[in-house]
Amino acid sequence: MIGFHLDPRSGVSTYLQLVQQVKHALRLGLLEPGDRLPTAAEVVAALAINPNTVLKAYRELEREGLVSARPGLGTFVERSLGQASPHDRARLRRQLAGWMRSAYGAGLDREDLEALFTAALQDAAREGAA
Amino acid sequence: MTSAMEMSGLGRRYGRTWALRDCSLALPEGRVIALVGPNGAGKSTLLSLAAGLLRPSEGTLRLFGEPLRDRPSTLARVGYMAQDTALYPTFTVTDLLTFGGRLNPGWDDGWARDRLARLGLPAHVPAGRLSGGQRAQVALVLALAKRPRLLLLDEPLASLDPVARHDVMALLMEAVAEAGLTVLLSSHIISDLVDTCDWLVAVNQGRVQVSGDIDDLLSAHKLITGPREALHTLPARLPVVGQRVNGRQALLLVRLDGRPLGPDWTVRDASLDELVVNYLRQPGSCALPGPTAVAR
Repeated sequence: MIGFHLDPRSGVSTYLQLVQQVKHALRLGLLEPGDRLPTAAEVVAALAINPNTVLKAYRELEREGLVSARPGLGTFVERSLGQASPHDRARLRRQLAGWMRSAYGAGLDREDLEALFTAALQDAAREGAA
Repeated sequence: MTSAMEMSGLGRRYGRTWALRDCSLALPEGRVIALVGPNGAGKSTLLSLAAGLLRPSEGTLRLFGEPLRDRPSTLARVGYMAQDTALYPTFTVTDLLTFGGRLNPGWDDGWARDRLARLGLPAHVPAGRLSGGQRAQVALVLALAKRPRLLLLDEPLASLDPVARHDVMALLMEAVAEAGLTVLLSSHIISDLVDTCDWLVAVNQGRVQVSGDIDDLLSAHKLITGPREALHTLPARLPVVGQRVNGRQALLLVRLDGRPLGPDWTVRDASLDELVVNYLRQPGSCALPGPTAVAR
């Protein structure tokens, strides 16, 4: 089960932050098909937000076919996001961590890394790799 | 959709001064409703009328379709928490539970004890020795243990620190998720209302100025900026809520109606805070649904 957190300065609406955090967890393999999402009562007891906001986020995820609500039981993950196997994902994450260590070693900071990563993503898109 | 509360021409006078006048309003069931307005606007009077603590000087008030005047039993389904969270200071939390249980027919003692234990509130300490945040939590648990269908909270967050405000709101939101009750709460701190409330009521100078779904209100209103010389290029009869001119620049909160504004104007979304402040500065501006909008 995942826990949600909110960033009030993100400028992203609360319901969309919840949607994005579920998708993020699906991509990282933190949530897998069959897993139950926290109930609206559990989420609002932690975040102090209106329960309808949680239900709206879950409805959006359901509309995209990622989760389904089973009456009386809860909301469950239907399918994962991202194609890679858990093994490949772990390997790629290790490689990226190594790349980050060498970037920090070369004196770059977090914003430099983000700029480099975004630029490389754009290069790859232009070359048709993505 | 049922109305939790319906006011028709409701007014209350103290001597020759009207604290609230001409209030006609329908509030939908199952919502968390923010009641905002300047000091002395009539918020507490409105809450006291709904709680049956004050009688209206004119007009009628219905709760869940029942006229309050004819059916005092309706009040058994209404919870009310006063501004100062009045708890008998010498009563322990356990005493307060016993007291609440004797006075209220639908009292859910198991739920109340369970919730107080989960919140780590001491059962045998006199209420007068609890911190402000603990007192607010105890008072809210007591109000909820009555199992109300409508809960009225007068400034429940005033005088609480940010952690206590979060804890009280979390307790309230969990109760809303579990029981689906309707909440009407007054507050001055708009940031506390942003993620918790879904309906806005603004009262100003004793009159209801705004009532509506917060998402609908926010998508209908826009903040627009442009050069002051371009003010005359705005469409005729554009509903302007508030307007400020700083030097050469004009800033307006408007309700857009689909007509284009012209190249001089930049449009952006308004925050709830900006919406509320603009309305309260202009007591003449109104955003009220027609009489059927809520009942539909």
